[in-house]
Amino acid sequence: MNKQEKSNSHMKTAIAALAVGFIFAIGLGISGMTKPSKVVGFLDLFGKWDPSLMFVMVGAIAVHFVTYKIISKRATPLLVPNWQVPTKTDLTPALVIGALLFGIGWGLGGFCPGPAMTSLASLQSKPVIFVISMLAGMYLFKFVDKKLKLQK
Amino acid sequence: MQPEWINALIGGAIIGIAVSVMLLFNGRVTGISGIINGALTPQKGDTLWRVLFIAGLVIGGFTLRGLNPSVFETDLPTSEWTTVAAGLLVGFGTIMGSGCTSGHGVCGISRMSIRSIVSTVTFIAAGVAAVALFRQLGIF
Repeated sequence: MNKQEKSNSHMKTAIAALAVGFIFAIGLGISGMTKPSKVVGFLDLFGKWDPSLMFVMVGAIAVHFVTYKIISKRATPLLVPNWQVPTKTDLTPALVIGALLFGIGWGLGGFCPGPAMTSLASLQSKPVIFVISMLAGMYLFKFVDKKLKLQK
Repeated sequence: MQPEWINALIGGAIIGIAVSVMLLFNGRVTGISGIINGALTPQKGDTLWRVLFIAGLVIGGFTLRGLNPSVFETDLPTSEWTTVAAGLLVGFGTIMGSGCTSGHGVCGISRMSIRSIVSTVTFIAAGVAAVALFRQLGIF
């Protein structure tokens, strides 16, 4: 690709990503994932369990399980020359410890990253506080990881 | 009004469509924590799509707010400091564990990735244990 083609391709993938973010947000809103109290209700298995959010994963996986099989038969994606799907298969302590910490934070705040970003639009203080803290947590991991190489 | 689980199923299917569009057009998984994290350390040619994806999430949020502001009910009785702790844990944990609900829970499980299945079981179990503990402690 020459420079002009490269820049066109960047613009096209960015516009596709914008559309994906928008559609994703609408799905989150319809599903109930933008309500932290519902998320906590879903995790409250030993209390007043609200199983409805389980169906978010059921719906999303049912669709993508099929579309993944179809799309992955293609030689290349539509806008870029190569697939960039993760290929790692090793189970590492970082994978599990990271998921544990994430799960605790998810239960505590009722937000995971996507719904938190979408909820910024509510202009309420909690999503803003959550997102700033989440970005700080990401930076903190990078800082700690540089010293300790946790992800290795 | 429709039962909540039907809304959850419809919303989930829309999310499934969104991640399929990302895969078909851009050849990527829609891992939101990873997309945000990549935008924090900008690299040439790999930042614009991340920023616009995040913009799409927020514009979608404003659209939802216009249609039905009740989708953003935040009636958790927790303090701001609890929210800070939650955000720090989610940020740190998702990057350490290479993904969140979208990347592992939706995209990874749909690909039957063993890492994503382990991650998703772990973060849901941790969330369940955490909520049970927080109830005991009177945080909720």
